Amino acid sequence: MSARAGNHKGPLLEVRDLHAGVGEVEILKGLNLTVNLGEVHAVMGPNGSGKSTLANVLAGKPEYKVTAGEVIYEGSNLLKLTPDKRALNGIFLAFQYPVELPGVREREFMKTALDAIREHRGLEKLSVREFNKLFQEKIAQMEMSPDLVKRSVNEGFSGGEKKRNEILQMVVLEPKLALLDETDSGLDIDALKVVANGVNKFRGPSRAIVIVTHYQRILDYITPDFVHVLIDGRIVRSGGHELALELEAKGYEWIKEAIESGEQVSV
Amino acid sequence: MPHALATPDSYLTDFRTFETSLPDEGPDWIREVRQQALARFRELGFPTARRGNEKWKYTNVRPIADATFSYPFDAGAEVNLADIRSVAPWDDGWATVVFVNGRYSPALSTVVALDGVRVTNLEEAVRADGDVIERHLARHATFEDDGFTALNTAFLRDGAFVHVSEGESLQSPLHLIFVTAEGAEPGVSYPRTLIVAGARSELTVIESYVSLSSSRYLTDAVTEIVIGDGAQVDHYKLLLESEGAFHVATSRVYQSEDSVFTSTSYARGAAIARNDIRVLLDAPGSSCTLNGLYLTSGSQHIDNYINIEHAKPHGTSRLFYKGILDGESKAVFGGTVLVQPGADKTDAYQEDKNLLLSEKAEVASKPSLEIYADDVKCGHGATAGTIAEDAIFYMRSRGLDVETATAFLIEGFASGILDKVRVQPLRAFLEKLTAKALRGSRFGQAS
Repeated sequence: MSARAGNHKGPLLEVRDLHAGVGEVEILKGLNLTVNLGEVHAVMGPNGSGKSTLANVLAGKPEYKVTAGEVIYEGSNLLKLTPDKRALNGIFLAFQYPVELPGVREREFMKTALDAIREHRGLEKLSVREFNKLFQEKIAQMEMSPDLVKRSVNEGFSGGEKKRNEILQMVVLEPKLALLDETDSGLDIDALKVVANGVNKFRGPSRAIVIVTHYQRILDYITPDFVHVLIDGRIVRSGGHELALELEAKGYEWIKEAIESGEQVSV
Repeated sequence: MPHALATPDSYLTDFRTFETSLPDEGPDWIREVRQQALARFRELGFPTARRGNEKWKYTNVRPIADATFSYPFDAGAEVNLADIRSVAPWDDGWATVVFVNGRYSPALSTVVALDGVRVTNLEEAVRADGDVIERHLARHATFEDDGFTALNTAFLRDGAFVHVSEGESLQSPLHLIFVTAEGAEPGVSYPRTLIVAGARSELTVIESYVSLSSSRYLTDAVTEIVIGDGAQVDHYKLLLESEGAFHVATSRVYQSEDSVFTSTSYARGAAIARNDIRVLLDAPGSSCTLNGLYLTSGSQHIDNYINIEHAKPHGTSRLFYKGILDGESKAVFGGTVLVQPGADKTDAYQEDKNLLLSEKAEVASKPSLEIYADDVKCGHGATAGTIAEDAIFYMRSRGLDVETATAFLIEGFASGILDKVRVQPLRAFLEKLTAKALRGSRFGQAS
């Protein structure tokens, strides 16, 4: 844990009235979200509601522009930080579509990333031997092949392997705030269990997880503390795990209709 | 309008002096070859990039034709091994033959005394090795239609002769180093190499072109490789000339039945560089793999002109070239895979991929196929792309800064070729050199 985190008393993440989009198109239209250490949040919504935009804006993807609102992370303005600075400060995005890096070997990539993050936290770099040991342990935990270390990152991986690899990278880098963007999509049930198991082991009082998903299926394996429904760029309802089950049973149309009929929504 | 650029008189003057400087002994045929080559050079001159000349369409050699480069009559340039080791790959286990300004340097070379392996200066071989020399020297790299080859052949004297007898193999790589020394005036060197691999022989040869000179000079090199039945030749060519240099290299490879030729070309600059390679698969079952990596920056220009001719059935050829271009540099990739009538079951693929680090860098990549046989499998591809922004963001989201992420991606691109280098110390040298060259590049274009 960094020195800064130790001094910081408030929420880990506060998103206030966030407006953001790509080009001229506004996708997030006043989103509010508060995440504390130790919590697991699920942000659910139909296609096009802004789930991935939220994850990418928080990670700092360049083409997303914030037009209004603020994001406070550990008491400071997150939006002024570059994507790599955000990662050094403990934010991690598990990509919906992990990128292939031809010729970049997984081990070198992860060693370099972990070195940078540990240095930022004021920790000693791991030796090559220490790193290899740690990495192989985590690979085994994710039930991946040990020869992964020599392969190019995500190159030639199946969809399921790519998603496992995202969670593998997460458990190696040990972020404070993990954003899982549709990590469950494209996974068969066995892979989903492995991924969920990785996330559950990772849960803890010094970390927070935001799961962005269309389906509640993954929440059968990772029980969230909070569920938020995102529709048209705003969180329209928040609740506990039971909200996800209700969504599963009734569909997103139910919430949309409820809003249109003027029902009070909690935030 | 003349068909060629005017031939500077200096080459003709130099040739007269060169001829009188040659020792009297030696066979008549070599004298005749020189004179025929000079006569042909006078007719051909340097090639033009004018319309209709497909071979030189994208490369203008006027800067070479307009300059005066003198023949290095003074062979006594002061070069020591430490200088060479500072610019060339090195391994104590390799036999090394050194040429300074194209002239053989016995003092800097290792004596190779192995059964069945002959490594010597061409001048000596022309006198002593008679038949094999006459059969092959200047027979594969013909000069009838090529001014640069004609000029090299006119000044044929020193060079590397490598002959591995039938069934023999050279255990460690042989390193031929052609070094251009610092000179008072712009000079030209005419490196020449003849490699004859006997049936079922095996050898690895590294040809390095390096420079200790900061001035402008011309390297006009010709290499002939003759591979016997079932023989295997692993060939590396390193173009490590200075940034202001001109380098024109012509390689001709002749393959016999079931022979295997592997070529790796590594090029880091020169003002104008041209690699003209032709491989003739002249017997059934022969195969070749040509790998290449070129790095250019500033206003450098590189032209890889590679022709593979499948003359007989069951031949396989693979070509993988990659370029990394920065600044206002330009890369040309041309040449043809030619499948002759009757060369059935030919399996050929060629691919040229380019990574552009600057908006002003330019690629003209035109691999082509000419197929006159029915039952073949042939393909080709060419690409030119920039650093992928989504890959940069992905790496940054793991904590790598832009410079580190960019370096990873570029070196990853290069590794596709460097990983295929089978000589371990050479691969390490090239990886280091590549990383160093790329660090000097203008990283940080990605936002």
